[in-house]
Amino acid sequence: MSDIKKIKDDYLNKLNNDLNIESLNQIKTELFGKNGKISNSFKNLGSLPTDERKKFASDLNSIKNELQDKIDSKLQEIETKEINSKLENEKVDVTLPEREFTRGKIHPVSQVIDEISSIFSEIGFSVEEGPDIENEHYNFTALNTPDNHPARDMHDTFYIDNNKELLLRTHTSPVQVRTMLNGKPPFKIIAPGRTYRSDSDQTHSPMFHQVEGLHIDKDINMGHLKGCLNYFIKSFFEVDKIKMRFRPSHFPFTEPSAEVDIGYEIKDGKIVIGEGDKWLEILGCGMVHPNVLKNVKVNPDKYQGYAFGIGIDRLGMLKYGINDLRAFFETDYRWLNHFGFDPLDVPSNYRGLSR
Amino acid sequence: MKFTIGWLKEHLDTQKKDNELIEKLTDIGLEVESFENLSSGLDSFKVAKIINAEQHPNADRLRICDVDIGLDDTVKVVCGAPNAKKDLLTIYAGPGSIIPKNNMKLSVSKIRGVTSYGMLCSESELNLSNESEGITELTTSKYSDKIGKNFFKSNTEKVVDLSITPNRPDCLGVRGIARDLAAAGVGKLKKISPKNIKKNGSQKINVSITKDKNQGCTVFGSCLIEDVTNKESPQWLKEKIISLGQKPISAVVDITNYVMLDLNRPLHAYDADKIDKEIIVRNSKKGETFEALDNKEYKLDDDMCVISDKSGVLGLGGIIGGTRSGTEINTKNILLESAYFIPRSIRKTSKLLNIDTDAKFRFERGIDPQSIELGLSKAAELISEICGGKISNFDIQQTDKHEKNKIKFNVSLFEKITGFKVSDNEIIKILTDLGFEVSKEKFKLDLKIPTWRPDITQPIDIVEEIVRIKGYENIETLQPEKTKIKDTLNAQQKLFHFLQRSVASKGYFETVTWSFTDSKINKLFKENLKEIKIVNPISSDLDVLRNSIFTNLTFYLKKNLDRGFKDISLFEIGPIFKGSQPGEQSTIIGAIKSGKVSRLNWKEKDRIVDVFDVKKDVIQTLVEAGYDRQSFFVRDKSPSYYHPGKSGSVYLDKDEIDPVAYFGEIHPNILKKLDIKTEGLVGFEIYIDYLREHKSKLKDLKTNFEYSDYQKSERDFAFVVNKNFKAQDLIEIISSIDKNLIRSIKIFDIYEGENIPEDKKSIALNVTIQSSEKTLEESDLEKINKLIISTVETKSGAKIRS
Repeated sequence: MSDIKKIKDDYLNKLNNDLNIESLNQIKTELFGKNGKISNSFKNLGSLPTDERKKFASDLNSIKNELQDKIDSKLQEIETKEINSKLENEKVDVTLPEREFTRGKIHPVSQVIDEISSIFSEIGFSVEEGPDIENEHYNFTALNTPDNHPARDMHDTFYIDNNKELLLRTHTSPVQVRTMLNGKPPFKIIAPGRTYRSDSDQTHSPMFHQVEGLHIDKDINMGHLKGCLNYFIKSFFEVDKIKMRFRPSHFPFTEPSAEVDIGYEIKDGKIVIGEGDKWLEILGCGMVHPNVLKNVKVNPDKYQGYAFGIGIDRLGMLKYGINDLRAFFETDYRWLNHFGFDPLDVPSNYRGLSR
Repeated sequence: MKFTIGWLKEHLDTQKKDNELIEKLTDIGLEVESFENLSSGLDSFKVAKIINAEQHPNADRLRICDVDIGLDDTVKVVCGAPNAKKDLLTIYAGPGSIIPKNNMKLSVSKIRGVTSYGMLCSESELNLSNESEGITELTTSKYSDKIGKNFFKSNTEKVVDLSITPNRPDCLGVRGIARDLAAAGVGKLKKISPKNIKKNGSQKINVSITKDKNQGCTVFGSCLIEDVTNKESPQWLKEKIISLGQKPISAVVDITNYVMLDLNRPLHAYDADKIDKEIIVRNSKKGETFEALDNKEYKLDDDMCVISDKSGVLGLGGIIGGTRSGTEINTKNILLESAYFIPRSIRKTSKLLNIDTDAKFRFERGIDPQSIELGLSKAAELISEICGGKISNFDIQQTDKHEKNKIKFNVSLFEKITGFKVSDNEIIKILTDLGFEVSKEKFKLDLKIPTWRPDITQPIDIVEEIVRIKGYENIETLQPEKTKIKDTLNAQQKLFHFLQRSVASKGYFETVTWSFTDSKINKLFKENLKEIKIVNPISSDLDVLRNSIFTNLTFYLKKNLDRGFKDISLFEIGPIFKGSQPGEQSTIIGAIKSGKVSRLNWKEKDRIVDVFDVKKDVIQTLVEAGYDRQSFFVRDKSPSYYHPGKSGSVYLDKDEIDPVAYFGEIHPNILKKLDIKTEGLVGFEIYIDYLREHKSKLKDLKTNFEYSDYQKSERDFAFVVNKNFKAQDLIEIISSIDKNLIRSIKIFDIYEGENIPEDKKSIALNVTIQSSEKTLEESDLEKINKLIISTVETKSGAKIRS
C-alpha cells in the first residue's frame, strides 16, 4: 500500500511542475505504459491475499483515477498554453485601415424633391411631370398670360425657335394645364421639375427647380390653400410652429393671388426659420383663375381651387444653410460630398424626413 | 414706383404714423421694397469757401485749393474746375461721401502727387442740374454765413419704393396709392379741385386721328400755351423730381414728369413752332425714320402709331418723342399732348424697336383714358404759373368714348372663394372707396368699374379687391384633408427614384447640371440626334440642349480632375433632348468613373477602373430594380463615344430591339479632344424610358419556396475556342443542355498564350449540377459531363482542353 501511495505522491509532485507535452507523455508511459508503475501494480493484484486484494484494488483504482485526471488537466493546460502562444504570434494591427469602401451621395435638389413629395403624399397629392421644352401656349397663353401681357416680361424666356413658339418652360405651371386637359376634376397634384430663365447671378441661375401644386375640386377655397401651405412649411422645416404671412400679389394665372412670407431670424450667423421678426418671401400662390380653368375645359362655375409654385433650390438653401445657388449646378466634388445625402436616407412618411 | 410720404399726404388725409402706412401698403398688395430717409448720405455735403487756390505743380489744369469747411483748419482739395478760385462759395464733399450722380464713394487720394481730401462738386454731380462745367457757385448773400453747414436741408422726408405688379397701373401715380390706402381705412382721399384756369381761344394746330386699321391711339387731347418763358424749375418742383431719383431738366419737362408721377398721366410737350402745320396721328409706313429723344435714329415698320406733321414723324405715340419737335429752354410756344394709346399697340412697337421708357411702361399697362383733361389742366396750370403764357382751349380728338365697364357681382362668390364672410355694406364701402359706382340689387351688385382699373374685368377680380383690402389675415387656416385620388408616384416615377438611389449606393455622387451645354462638346456625343439650338443662350458655350448626358458630366469631370481629384465617380439622372417639340426627350442615367480602384491601399493592389467595373454597376442596378439577370443579353455594340473594343450594350431580353443600357471605356479620342488627363475613364448610360414596367407586384413575385437537399456536384471544364467567341454564348449553350440539372455556371479563367494556338483562347468554367429528385450517381454525372463536352464542341467548334 505504502508503495502505491508513494508513487502517487511522487507523480503528483512531478505533475505539478512545468511540463511540456513530451515530458507529460513520458510520465504517462512511466505510470500507465506496458511496464508502467500503475500497470505493474495491477498485475501484482493476483499475488495478494484475498482479504487484502479487495482493499488494495480499490485504493489502486482511486489512485489511478486521480493521476489520470491530473494528467488530463495537465494536458489541457499545456494545449491551451500552446494555442495561446500561437495566436499571440498571429496578432495583427487592427488599427490599420479597413478595406476600402465607397460611399455615394444624393444631390440636395433630389433629396428636397423627395422630401416635398413625401410631405404632399401624406395629404393626398400625387406627382405629375411635364416636358422641359414647352410651346408658348402651355407656358403662357393657356395660363392667362397672352402675348401682349406685361407679365411676360417678368420671365426672361429661352427660346428654341425664332418664331418664339417653342421655349424652355419658365415655370412648372404648364404641367397644371397638361394635367387638367388630360383628366377630369378633381385634381390634386404636385409637379416638381426643371425650369429655365435667362438670368444669372448669385441668386439667379439659368436653370432652377420649382414645384407646382394644384388642388381643384368643388369647394376648395383660400382657407384650404392657407392650411395646405401651413402644413407643408411646418413639415418641411421640421418645426412645430411657423410664422406665416399671406400678402396680396399678382400672377396672371391666379386670382386672388398671394405671396407667402415666413418669419425668420439670424442666430449665430445662421438663419432660423419660424421665429423672429424678419420676413422672407418663399412662394407664390392663389386661386386658379377662371380663365385658366376655361382654357383647360374645366367649368369654373362648378370647380374651383388653388395653385402654388415654390422654388425647390431656395427651399433647400434655407433648410440646409447653402448660400450660393449657382454652386448647386457646378458639380464641385467637394460640394457634392459636403451637401449630398446618403442614398439610404430616403425621406418617407413613416421614417420622417431626416434621421 | 418711388414717392415720398409728404407727397402721399398731398392726396391722403391721415393721422397714421409712417410705419402703419408702410405696413398697410404691404397688406393690400403694394409691396414695399424699401423705406428710407431721403437725406441719408446727403448730410456729408457742406457749404464751403475757397480760401486760397494755387496752381498744381504737376498739372496745368488742376488747382490746389485750401477750403474752409467751418472747422478750425482748412482742408486741401485738388480741383480741376476752371472756376475754382479764391473766395468762391461752393459745395464740398468729404471722404466717404457718395456722389449722387454716379454713386461713387469718395476717398482720400493722391492726384498727381498731391493728396486731396474730398472734392468740390458741380451741380450735375449733385443732380441739381445738367451744369457740369465747373463747380457750383453759391450766392454770397444767401450762403456766406452758412459755411460748414449742410447744403441740403436736413430732410426728414422718407422715400418709399414700391414694387408695383403689372396689373396695377393706377398705382404708378401717387394718387392711386393714396386711393388704395384710403379704401383700406388709414385715411381719406383728398378731392382734387383744379383751379379754374383761364383758357383763351381755340387750339390753333389742327389735330386728327386717322382711321387706319389697328390705329393705336383712341384719344388725343391737346392745348397750346403761347408766350411762355421756359426756365429752371423752382426749388419745390426740383426737390420733388430729385426725391424720386430723377433729374430736373427744365420747368416744362419737369412739370410733365411731375403730373405723370402724381396722377400716372403721361404728357408730352412739343415746341409748337417746330410743328409743320398740323398734327396727324397715324400708322407708320415701313422705312420711315425719325430721331428720338434718346438721340437714336429709329427705322419704323408698317403700322406703328406715330404722331406726325406735314414733314414727317414727330414721335412714337406713348413711347418716345422726337428731337425735331422737342422743347428747349428758349421754347416760346408749347403744344401739350395728353392722349390714350392702346396697350397692345404700345407693347408691339416697343418690343420691335427695343425701346423702354417710362411712358411706354405706363401706357403698356393701361392709362386712365378719362384722365386726358385732368392731365392737361394740371400741367397747363403749373406751366402758366411758373413760365407764364396764354392757355388755349383744350382740343380733344377721340375715336372711342371709353365708357366705364360694368359687372354684375354676386355677393356670395366672395365667401365661396375666400371661405369667410364680409357684410354687404362693408363690401359696398370698400368698392366705393376704390372708385367703383355701386348699386345694389337683390343678391347682386351692379358695378361700374373705374377707368383707371383696366385689370378688373370679371367677378373674380372683385373678390380679389375685397379680400385684399379687408386683409388676407381674415382667411381661416383649414386643416388639410388627407383623401388621396391617385397613388403618389406612378411606375415610371418609382423606377426613377429607385434607380437614382441604387446608382448612388454604388459610390457615385449625384450631380445636377444644366439641360443645355456647349455645342462643341455636344458634337462629340450627339451621334445621329438633331442639334437643338437655343435662340438666345445665356452664353455662347451653353448654346444647345444636350443630346447626351455625357456632355456636361465629362466637362465637370475635367474641372474636378483639375482640382486635383483622381478617382471620381459622378452620375446624373435627367433629360436628354432628341427634338425641339415638347416631349421629344428621354430620361437617362449617365455615370462616369475615373482613375483607380484601391489607390494607395495597404491591403489591396490598386488597378485602373475598367469596363467590368461599370458593367457590374449597370447589371447590379438593373437586378436590384427587379429585372432578371438570367434573361439579360449583352452585345458588343455601343455608340461611337465608347472604346469600340471595350464597351457593350445590355438588353433585358435577347429579343428586345432597344438596349436599356450602354457601358464601357470612353473613347480615347474624346479624352484627347476634351484634354482630360486620367489613368482611365469608364461610364454607363441607362435608358429609363426603355425599362419596361413590372407587371407583377412584389407579393406576386414571391412564388412557392422550392429547394433541393440532394447532393451537389461540381465539374470543371476548359474549352479552347476562337478568340472572338463570346463567353455569353458558351454559357447559353451549356445552360440550355439541361435546365433542371445545371444549376450554375461560373467562368473562372480565361487564358491565351503558350500551348494555345494564336487565334484561340481557353475558357475555364465550373458547372454545378444538382437534381431536385435524387442524389446523382457517378454514372449520371458522367453522362451529363459527356453531354456538355459534346454539345459545346458541336455547337461552338470548341475543343475540350485536356
